Amino acid sequence: MNTTHAHAVVEAAELSEATQQRFAHEVAKYPDDQKQSAVIACLSILQQENGHVSAAQEKALAHYLGMPVMAVHEVFTFYNMFNLKPVGRFKINVCTNLPCQLRAGQQTLEYVCKKLDVEVGGTTADGMFTVQPGECMGACADAPVLLVNDRHMCSFMSTDKIDQMIDELRQAGAQS
Amino acid sequence: MSLQQLLSKYQASGVETCFHDRHINPQIYAGLNGQNWGLKDYIARGGYQALRTVLGLNGAAALTQDEVIAMVKESGLRGRGGAGFPTGLKWSFMPRQFFGQKYLVCNSDEGEPGTCKDRDILEFNPHIVIEGMAIAAYAMGISVGYNYIHGEIFQTYERFEAALEEARAAGFLGDNIQGSNFSFQLHAAHGFGAYICGEETALLESLEGKKGQPRFKPPFPASYGVYGKPTTINNTETFAAVPWIIRHGGAAYLACGKPNNGGTKIFSVSGDVERPGNYEVPMGTPFATLLELAGGVRGGRALKAVIPGGSSAPVLPASIVMDITMDYDAIAKAGSMLGSGAVIVMDDTRCMVKSLQRLSAFYMHESCGQCTPCREGTGWLSRMVDRIETGQGRPSDMDLLDNVAENIMGRTICALGDAAAMPVRGMLKHFRPEFEHHITHKTCMVSSHV
Repeated sequence: MNTTHAHAVVEAAELSEATQQRFAHEVAKYPDDQKQSAVIACLSILQQENGHVSAAQEKALAHYLGMPVMAVHEVFTFYNMFNLKPVGRFKINVCTNLPCQLRAGQQTLEYVCKKLDVEVGGTTADGMFTVQPGECMGACADAPVLLVNDRHMCSFMSTDKIDQMIDELRQAGAQS
Repeated sequence: MSLQQLLSKYQASGVETCFHDRHINPQIYAGLNGQNWGLKDYIARGGYQALRTVLGLNGAAALTQDEVIAMVKESGLRGRGGAGFPTGLKWSFMPRQFFGQKYLVCNSDEGEPGTCKDRDILEFNPHIVIEGMAIAAYAMGISVGYNYIHGEIFQTYERFEAALEEARAAGFLGDNIQGSNFSFQLHAAHGFGAYICGEETALLESLEGKKGQPRFKPPFPASYGVYGKPTTINNTETFAAVPWIIRHGGAAYLACGKPNNGGTKIFSVSGDVERPGNYEVPMGTPFATLLELAGGVRGGRALKAVIPGGSSAPVLPASIVMDITMDYDAIAKAGSMLGSGAVIVMDDTRCMVKSLQRLSAFYMHESCGQCTPCREGTGWLSRMVDRIETGQGRPSDMDLLDNVAENIMGRTICALGDAAAMPVRGMLKHFRPEFEHHITHKTCMVSSHV
């Protein structure tokens, strides 16, 4: 079932007290009649907490912000960093835009894929890693750069550092 | 251990890109070391003195709104985001007698390939942006502002939020700033991966919680901006230049650069150089000097080409770029643009077809889909460059590329269409034989490629 249809049938998810508090912090930045302005921030909070955003959560957020579910979905599908499908525990985006490409961005993407034995855009069999190419992250002088789970930029990522980082992430993932 | 703790050692320290002694007379990056981003250190560097002067808290009378705008006009400060529009003039468009809410917006959606200067400002000197915005708000009679930050630099967004908290607690933001009757509320917002939101009206849409699709202009943001209210939008670096102008005067700022191109400019130098990084230098610094600051071409190789103002700017061959100075007027005269100040350097091993292939794919991916010439045209450009690169090109593709580019330019709501077309035309103008070689011989003209 695709998510568009899913909205019609799913019940809105429950939002925890903690999540609602984080939403409230974002909503407070905008005029009382413009709560919708917080939709990107709130979707990114849901994604951070759950790995991706389900149709039920989109619906809950729409209720929270007082906007149509489809308006939430429009935003969710427009911005590239949102995960429309579940991803691995750690999502790694490697920048391959021209300035990075001039400093081994493409090779870095290929190296990460080869190391994890995964296709570009794919997820490892154990569900631990998803590897995707990325567009300009605004860190061009730090190339090669990659982004882990949307919020953690890693700079000057040589193959040694990538080896080390992946070992550490794998360990962290296994422990919890 | 949290993910943040685990990955912190891979986070950029700023040493390579910002805290080096290879700036020339820096104003925005002066005296930074990564530790001294906070309010106390900012004040020790003379921070918030300009705001206090404007508000009349330094012994003299408060400056009038007209006086502040006149100083900015005199400084020759031009928009640092790409368009280079005179900042003082933009501020004067804001209806000051408007009855109702007005907004100030900072465009920190830094996604133009090659550009990473605003990140270092927000990360290592966030209060300079807050102070610049507060002064701008005062000059235009605005009480609420937003700083919209690129989604990929989330740690920078968090840093800016922390700086906002400090400024509020110390009374530099909020109601009755420093006991004056001026009030200004400032908030941070973030994007989530859409290049188009760097376009100012797309940014406004995004700030309203919608898809980032640009608006038709006119009406311009000064009359119809965020929530339909009068709004002024400036780039991060533009706001960051303001405190210095107030402290030293417009004439002194202008004197740092050259006529019509005041002040210093931060150039993000990336690609084939020994030391990629941000370099703050006076406007009008020769390109050759900038290249030297960045350690020269990597591995001592020969310079082939430079994209001087972000990926949307037409490429310039070494023979032209080595003779120009880095300012709006000189780069425009050479047939390109200063843009956001992103200098992408390519050495003599680089294939221009392969380089353009990557850029064209980017613009196709980032077109918002609203206007047909851009939505369809960027796809045509990308597919044609793709087939030329992979040995499937046809001789007629040369004219067709030019034709499609020409038919995009000037026929779209926003500048993304032009941004996709200009690199194509620049490449064909200066490196046509490489494309023809690819089509005829189905192979690269240069020995190794990107």
